[in-house]
Amino acid sequence: MKAITHKLKQSLLIWLFVILPLAGLSPALMADDEAAPPEAETTEEPASSDTEETESTDEEESEEAEAGPVDDYQGLLDNQGDGAPAFDFFATSMLWTVIAAAMVFIMHLGFSALEVGLTRSKNTVNILFKNAFIIAIGLITYAILGFNTHYPGEFNGWLSIGKPIGDLNADGGDTWGYGGLSLAMTGYGDFIFQAMFAATAATIVSGAVAERVKLSSFLIFATLLVGIAYPIVGSWHWGGGVLSGMDFKDFAGSAVVHAFGGFAALACVLILGPRKGKYDENGNVKPIPGHNMPLAAVGVFLLWFGWYGFNGGSVLSADPTPLGLVFTTTSLAAAAGVISAALVSWIVFSKPDLSMALNGALAGLVGITANADIVSPWSSVIIGLIAGVIVVFSVIALDKAGIDDPVGAISVHGTCGIWGILAAYFFQLPDSGVVLGSQIKGILLVAIAAFAFSAVVFGALKATIGVRVSDEEEEEGLDKAEHGAEAYPDFN
Amino acid sequence: MKKIEAIIKPFKLDEVKDALAEVGLAGMTVTEVKGFGRQKGHTEVYRGSEYTVDFLPKIKLEIVVDDAQLEEASKAIIAAAKTGKIGDGKVFILPVEEAIRIRTDETGAEAV
Repeated sequence: MKAITHKLKQSLLIWLFVILPLAGLSPALMADDEAAPPEAETTEEPASSDTEETESTDEEESEEAEAGPVDDYQGLLDNQGDGAPAFDFFATSMLWTVIAAAMVFIMHLGFSALEVGLTRSKNTVNILFKNAFIIAIGLITYAILGFNTHYPGEFNGWLSIGKPIGDLNADGGDTWGYGGLSLAMTGYGDFIFQAMFAATAATIVSGAVAERVKLSSFLIFATLLVGIAYPIVGSWHWGGGVLSGMDFKDFAGSAVVHAFGGFAALACVLILGPRKGKYDENGNVKPIPGHNMPLAAVGVFLLWFGWYGFNGGSVLSADPTPLGLVFTTTSLAAAAGVISAALVSWIVFSKPDLSMALNGALAGLVGITANADIVSPWSSVIIGLIAGVIVVFSVIALDKAGIDDPVGAISVHGTCGIWGILAAYFFQLPDSGVVLGSQIKGILLVAIAAFAFSAVVFGALKATIGVRVSDEEEEEGLDKAEHGAEAYPDFN
Repeated sequence: MKKIEAIIKPFKLDEVKDALAEVGLAGMTVTEVKGFGRQKGHTEVYRGSEYTVDFLPKIKLEIVVDDAQLEEASKAIIAAAKTGKIGDGKVFILPVEEAIRIRTDETGAEAV
């Protein structure tokens, strides 16, 4: 023991007196000895950032370059030539978009961990199986028809079933005019970012129906939901359909992703009924505690992290002005959601409830998703605070109404999705042009569409192959009943 | 030979183990168990709803001793596990017919 502490002390001393000063000196050393490399880089692309003194020798872009360092990104966007600054911006934006796509992918791990944590250990394999299947089927169906249904180009505004994706680099990667939208990314960048979103809707439903849904029925339902319903509803807004025609504001998808998933989940839970043992004979709530709170917390932190890709990536470029604002509003709303949900649960239940604080983070995030780019930081705090209050009372109300949602998905995504859409109107910065009527019409349309589609499809499945496992299977746990496996099989 | 089965509070395990070691008893088997006696359960809150937890976590400690050491051992356990509050647990003493050490085939007092 003594030897170890001695070693620790030694390494600490070395660190303090040797490494730290070296690290402190290194920038100075670099400046003296290695001034050349940065210059060497800039000579390749004369017009990139800090090259005020570099005399522009670029033949085509001399006018642009003389304007000095890149201080006007809007000017860059307008400049769709093949000059160096424009390409820099394009490449940076493309890079940010694919990183954001990877961050949205991690949200699916977050959803899985949260769902596993808030349910019983005997259903863990089943939940992970559902989530693995959903992300896989989401990506594949999005390539087959989702992408071109989501973004049909010119269409009637309601429905256009798309073809499988082709070569999205066919235009040589010079896609400033891609899809007529001047996106700062290639076709593949656009595809993969949107594809990662697609599975989210079904993942939301997965949490709400956990611990009793029949696997085969759920997989059929999830495939139809992510493959067909999600891109159709999405096309109304992002594909240039009816919602975009009425100036509906939904920045990254409070409505078309989250409320869509939340109301699909509501329809399914109403058809499915509560878990066995959730209510006593008199209809009183008997809680079924989750089996792993650390995993639930890991899930929420991963979702929060991934949300920077979800909202930040929805800027659809590396345009610094909106990107910084979106990161800030997203963070503040999540933080405010935690605080208000934690305080409200503490006051109402007289104990601080961890699962509610975690739901509060997600509530704040869903609430800011529709409006992250058009509200001030302090508005985002208020939006998050209100979302955190809403989610607690929504969970209590749904529980009392006999709607058994093990993870609170309907409250987090459905109820707070509505709040996010309305908050876009109430908290918009001047000149944002959000109209209350359009927001109400838009959220109603999305919610009704998601609910109706799910009610019809899930109802049809109930009438044919059934949507629920037997009472015995539910008691035994879906891991053994559906998969013949256990999540924690070891004896030691 | 006698077997002592003690149901104790989980956080008392270390003290009980040390107390047994002090009287020269180093071997024991410990199991995490749940149950209730007069202490009954207590209520917990999950997502806004209260529920009763009937079965409280306890530790079951099993140790087989020679008759000569029995009193010393049970006294050590009782002294170390006592908090004076409800839920301290119980000690049961059972006769043991035979003990065999698997490695050496030793039997009786030699084996415990």
